[in-house]
Amino acid sequence: MEKILFIFTENIELIYLIILMIFVGIEIIGHVPSVLHTPLMSGANAIHGVVIIGSIIVMGQAEHVLSLSLGFLAVVLGTLNVVGGFVVTDRMLEMFKKRK
Amino acid sequence: MQAHILQISYLIASVTFILGLKFLSNPATARKGNLIAAFGMGLAIFTTIFLYTDSDGNHLRNLPFIFAGLLVGTIVGWLTAKKVQMTAMPEMVSLFNGMGGACAMLISIIEFQHITQSANQTIVPLGELATIIVGMIIGSVSFAGSIIAWGKLSGNVKDKSFGFQQFINIGLLAVILVLAALAVVNTDAQMFYAVLVLSLVYGILFVLPIGGADMPVVISLLNSFTGVAAACGGFLYDNKVMLVGGILVGSAGTLLTVVMCKAMNRSLLNVLIGNFGGGSTSAAATSASFEGTIKEVTASDAAILMKYAKKVIIVPGYGLAVAQAQHVVHELEELLEKEGVEVKYAIHPVAGRMPGHMNVLLAESNVSYDKLVEMEEINSEFTTTDVVLVVGANDVVNPAAKTDPNSPIYGMPILDVENATNVIVNKRSMKAGYAGIENELFYKPKTSMLFGDAKKALTQLVSEIKNLG
Repeated sequence: MEKILFIFTENIELIYLIILMIFVGIEIIGHVPSVLHTPLMSGANAIHGVVIIGSIIVMGQAEHVLSLSLGFLAVVLGTLNVVGGFVVTDRMLEMFKKRK
Repeated sequence: MQAHILQISYLIASVTFILGLKFLSNPATARKGNLIAAFGMGLAIFTTIFLYTDSDGNHLRNLPFIFAGLLVGTIVGWLTAKKVQMTAMPEMVSLFNGMGGACAMLISIIEFQHITQSANQTIVPLGELATIIVGMIIGSVSFAGSIIAWGKLSGNVKDKSFGFQQFINIGLLAVILVLAALAVVNTDAQMFYAVLVLSLVYGILFVLPIGGADMPVVISLLNSFTGVAAACGGFLYDNKVMLVGGILVGSAGTLLTVVMCKAMNRSLLNVLIGNFGGGSTSAAATSASFEGTIKEVTASDAAILMKYAKKVIIVPGYGLAVAQAQHVVHELEELLEKEGVEVKYAIHPVAGRMPGHMNVLLAESNVSYDKLVEMEEINSEFTTTDVVLVVGANDVVNPAAKTDPNSPIYGMPILDVENATNVIVNKRSMKAGYAGIENELFYKPKTSMLFGDAKKALTQLVSEIKNLG
């Protein structure tokens, strides 16, 4: 129990950040029209590609062949998520442009 | 100095994510929002590569490999995203989401190995281990689930459910949680990998029984899962940009999922365990016989009806997407407008396979944005409409949603097309729609059927109207 409390207080700053971000996330998309559900989902999909930062850090510290190859795979997959996600979203939104 | 620049760039990236999502929820700024977020992501990635230092001040190594990975991912991601058909967008999003989940899963695996192998640690960092395993569970569920969702949308995987599946799923989840707790407390590698395998199995079983029509909701949910998995990585590395990005997507994604469910007037729980397909077969059998008969209409009669109408409302559905008829429907619209007919499109929030599917599709053929009217606004207009043309839509115009409490779609808001003077329904056959139920609308006296593939039927309609001079 003490250990858990220790982890809690040690990371209290991050925990505050998490809670605030939950509210921000809910607040900013509160009034989205249904037209934009799909692009918004796709855009959010690209943003969680931020996980790639983790794979870069892991790979930059890798020493064994196994962790190096797994890390390489992680970087590739993360990049796919980021690049594919943003490009697909842009293609969807490209079509919303008004006719002149 | 470098460390400060890195932190500042993370701060900027976090702000771009928030702004990006904010802009994405407004049609006028959406595209800009996407680009802003992409810029922030690029900034975060490159500053990490060059400026990140571990607690001992060492820079990242293996840079050539990192760049090779980035390059491969960028080329493949860019090309697939550019080449994919507009109709296949939903499954593409699901696939990319799965990649993110897999990425989170791999990070956890490597970090776990790292901790266990740098053994002879007298104090095992319990908090880190717990974060690692939570990230792995969520990441692998999201990965496996997204792949199944992708398979379903592209037609490679069929809906499958067996008895007591929900109980098996809940039991499996309980086993995963217990094993995960044990793996953390004992730093047990075997248990860790058992959790990995079971999580993948759980992801598959979680999505498998859910009907194809509900996939958008599931993808949105898995999307927020991956967000949480990314946030676990942020917690692990004390990396604020990962934490902000992940949690933002986690919470916004969850809300978006709920909003999508609301558009179908169903609860999330109902989508997840409702077994839409299974339960409704009996309902379909009992309500199959309606009074009245099916009336067919020829393209030339339909053409006359529409040309001399004052107001026509087009109701697009999945059939339009399948037949790729978005361009010809736009041609029809322009032709009628030239004849002085007022034409609008009625967009049901869940028409097609994803919310917004119809808007994206019609925007592709340059239908102007203000002609697409959402359900709440257009429903009152049907009473003053001469002709409603339903193109490949079914459940969203099924009056059973209002009249038949036994119907599986009962309570779903629908387009009140029956209030119009004439209803022309274009369908390939009398086959039921996605919910697997009959549609009483087709048997009403004012309804006439124009059978055939949407593209062919509409092309014919266009040429008939032209022939009328």
